[in-house]
Amino acid sequence: MDFTLKIWRQKNAKAKGKFVTYKVNGISDSSSFLEMLDVFNDQLVTKGEDPVVFDHDCREGICGTCSLYINGRPHGPDDAVTTCQLHMRKFKDGDTIVIEPWRSAAFPVIRDLMVDRQAFDKIIQAGGFISVNTGGIPDANAILIPKENADSSMDAASCIGCGACVAACKNASAMLFVAAKVSHFALLPQGKAEATRRVQAMVAKMDELGFGNCTNTGACEAECPKEISIDNIARMNREFLGAKIGAQKKVAKAGGF
Amino acid sequence: MTKLNSKIPLGPVATKWSNYKDHIALVNPSNKRKLDIIVVGTGLAGASAAASLGALGFKVKAFCYQDSPRRAHSIAAQGGINASKNYQNDGDSVYRLFYDTIKGGDYRAREGNVYRLAEVSGSIIDQSVALGVPFAREYGGLLDNRSFGGAQVSRTFYARGQTGQQLLLGAYSAMSRQVALGNVDSYTRHEMLDVVIVDGRARGIIARNLITGEIERHSAHAVVLATGGYGNVFFLSTNAMGSNATAVWKAYKKGAFFGNPCFTQIHPTCIPVHGDFQSKLTLMSESLRNDGRIWVPKNKEDVEKLRHNKLKPKDIVEENRDYYLERRYPAFGNLVPRDVASRAAKERCDAGFGVGETGLAVYLDFAASIKRLGRNVIEERYGNLFQMYQKIVDENPYENPMMIYPAVHYTMGGLWVDYDLMSSVPGLFVAGEANFSDHGANRLGASALMQGLADGYFVLPYTMQNYLADQINVPRFKTDLPEFAEAEKQVKSRIDKLFAIKGSKPVDYFHRQLGKIMWEYVGMARNKAGLQKAITMIREVKTEFWKDVKITGENSEVNPELEKAGRVADFIELGELMAMDALNREESCGGHFREEYQTPEGEALRNDEDFMYVAAWEYSCDGKDPILNKEPLEYVAIEVKQRNYK
Ligand SMILES: Cc1cc2nc3c(=O)[nH]c(=O)nc-3n(C[C@H](O)[C@H](O)[C@H](O)COP(=O)(O)OP(=O)(O)OC[C@H]3O[C@@H](n4cnc5c(N)ncnc54)[C@H](O)[C@@H]3O)c2cc1C
Ligand code: SF4
Ligand code: FES
Repeated sequence: MDFTLKIWRQKNAKAKGKFVTYKVNGISDSSSFLEMLDVFNDQLVTKGEDPVVFDHDCREGICGTCSLYINGRPHGPDDAVTTCQLHMRKFKDGDTIVIEPWRSAAFPVIRDLMVDRQAFDKIIQAGGFISVNTGGIPDANAILIPKENADSSMDAASCIGCGACVAACKNASAMLFVAAKVSHFALLPQGKAEATRRVQAMVAKMDELGFGNCTNTGACEAECPKEISIDNIARMNREFLGAKIGAQKKVAKAGGF
Repeated sequence: MTKLNSKIPLGPVATKWSNYKDHIALVNPSNKRKLDIIVVGTGLAGASAAASLGALGFKVKAFCYQDSPRRAHSIAAQGGINASKNYQNDGDSVYRLFYDTIKGGDYRAREGNVYRLAEVSGSIIDQSVALGVPFAREYGGLLDNRSFGGAQVSRTFYARGQTGQQLLLGAYSAMSRQVALGNVDSYTRHEMLDVVIVDGRARGIIARNLITGEIERHSAHAVVLATGGYGNVFFLSTNAMGSNATAVWKAYKKGAFFGNPCFTQIHPTCIPVHGDFQSKLTLMSESLRNDGRIWVPKNKEDVEKLRHNKLKPKDIVEENRDYYLERRYPAFGNLVPRDVASRAAKERCDAGFGVGETGLAVYLDFAASIKRLGRNVIEERYGNLFQMYQKIVDENPYENPMMIYPAVHYTMGGLWVDYDLMSSVPGLFVAGEANFSDHGANRLGASALMQGLADGYFVLPYTMQNYLADQINVPRFKTDLPEFAEAEKQVKSRIDKLFAIKGSKPVDYFHRQLGKIMWEYVGMARNKAGLQKAITMIREVKTEFWKDVKITGENSEVNPELEKAGRVADFIELGELMAMDALNREESCGGHFREEYQTPEGEALRNDEDFMYVAAWEYSCDGKDPILNKEPLEYVAIEVKQRNYK
């Protein structure tokens, strides 16, 4: 298969970027999107040009590293897949493919298609954990957890932290990512104890880092490769409101609980 | 041989660890704050170590090459984690997990270490549940288990097909909490390029900032390497694209011995190779063998028809199918250990019964289970794996059997460590897949996650304290020592050298070449002539690489080609050592199969008389052969036998 690629090229965070048009030929339809870019990059290197920089690692849809905005959609035209799981058979021979990085103030471009997502780590550091140290823990079967709760918690915990939800949102909101983490813990008895402080701390951090507000358009859910449900946002809002109405507990300093 | 002291505590195997813990030196809380530890790697081993050491009060610096610690390749582990909880009341115990692991490893692992692993396995599950890992549950609310290869009990805990992800997110969240508390500093997008040794002890690392290209010096009282496995020597493997051997290889060159480098695990159930452009292989979890049956056609005519699409697999009637694992190993059936299952698949395909376009595939069939349990049950158990398969192969595995073939998956070899998980360089600890570990010549499924978390949560926090106890008066290290300057100079000059080549071929070209040699001659079946040939060929690749590789751009920017070049240069050298080790080991054991040494039925034939030892290779200097040190293995608690899964 042959394609025309319009790729965002940007030398570094400070440089001005622009689209550059290239041709790539002889791609197998069973190759993955990133394998297509590998072939293309080898051609650039052989010609002595700088290859296109993009993030990727596991190439099986689980690490959350790959992050391309393809033809106006995060992770491209296929549903419920990451960029690395997208295959060229989803395109037509001769197609023009536009490839951009995630675009959001909280995810600045590092180079070409690679962005800085450290903001997600900071949100987790603010409260995305259960405060236990290693050791001295009771037997795992000491707490019974109904299967339904464990399953729903697992649904939320499947988030891979890719940031497609932010890239898809016109407000660049991180609500789906944060809500997935809040729900994962809120649905488990172990996570209940500090649920209030957790949600307050994580939401405060999210706002501080420059993510936008949620206006319930649902684009995040539609583009999430792991099909994380928007219901999690409703659950988080309940947790958050509950937290506010509750004892007006002060949000502890990050990690300080 | 005097060089290797494994420091296994005396006494019966069952009390070694508690004895050890009772008698080690400890560091009091106010002194812990004065001690720095570098942890390279944030997979299960590294993240759990950083979290636990940070919680104890040490000052930890954690490094990873990804943009977030949560993306370490442990995230990709699918099937599950073993623990001898005996929740199923099916006869499991610490001893049985210990026994299965030693036997599964074909009697090439240390008794002391493996017993400790089995002993702490239960606490890993407790710890993970406390951290919020949503393991699968039964309707009554208790934890559910599944079976894995090489065991006759159900002791595998799982979170759908995403067990590694959930366990890693647990360890990552614990580590994140320590970051917030100021006990752990996280350095992402950093690649360790050398270890710094001061007065005979590991005291720091040299790392490249992958964004700016800056070469940085970091000092500490002790260093932990938890940098994962080196399966990518084969180019195609189930590892992540960035998985590399650079950290362990640099440590080897600085004096850490490399243990059993040739012990590689070829996993039986992966999606087959489909073209020259392919960049990596995808695993289909071993857990699928709980409900899937493996077969090939009995008749060659059917094979032909299948290949030409004149027949569908479901058209082949039962009598004409060869469920070769069930036939050869009735006691374990489809759940034989990986090395056995992989060789059996290769045997059928070599004999001309393989299916698929290339003839290098066998069927993994769920029809019977779907009929017995219903599609929804299978979907609940393996839904994400089935989806993954469908996206890659474009076929529906609920309707047609999966096609699978063995692929490189895991490396049992790694840096040699003693009972403290310390390498032969004092102060340099090695954890997780990076050490030569507890799995002997073959790792059982669901045991790597167990080992990584055992090392990080429950072993290093004790053994490192023991090491650091006499260091409390050693002040924080400055990085202006001459040893740091020298290491930095070496790192920089190698980068300059790579750029200066200005050859004609991209890095991947050489990596692919290396991979082909390794797969052909140092893969599932090895022999003397092939290994000798491989060594010559690898040396040629090395010469050509250093003459003709082409790297664009500069050091002072994001430069993935430069990153790859450094890694591939190290893979080439490690590949040669793997072939040398395989050549030296004139026996078959576990994943190491030398064609010259097999039973009449084609099973691995060990030579305990001459090879019941750990081969610990010591670097001498470039251009000179490494020195072989041997650590004899002794079995006291377990009787050594020929492995038998019939
Ligand atoms: C697809 C797949 C499925 C698997 N399924 C299972 C399973 O079901 N059960 C099971 O028990 N095992 C399984 N395994 C094996 C198991 O996942 C691994 O052995 C284990 O997770 C390794 O953990 P680790 O912490 O040692 O290393 P990793 O998780 O690989 O982490 C390595 C870390 O080191 C860092 N690093 C590496 N090199 C450098 C460097 N030079 N500088 C800085 N940082 C560096 C990386 O950034 C990363 O943080 C599976 C493996 C694969 C590939
Ligand atoms: S919620 Fe979905 S889109 Fe957002 S980070 Fe998680 S997996 Fe990615
Ligand atoms: S590269 Fe890991 S999810 Fe795509």
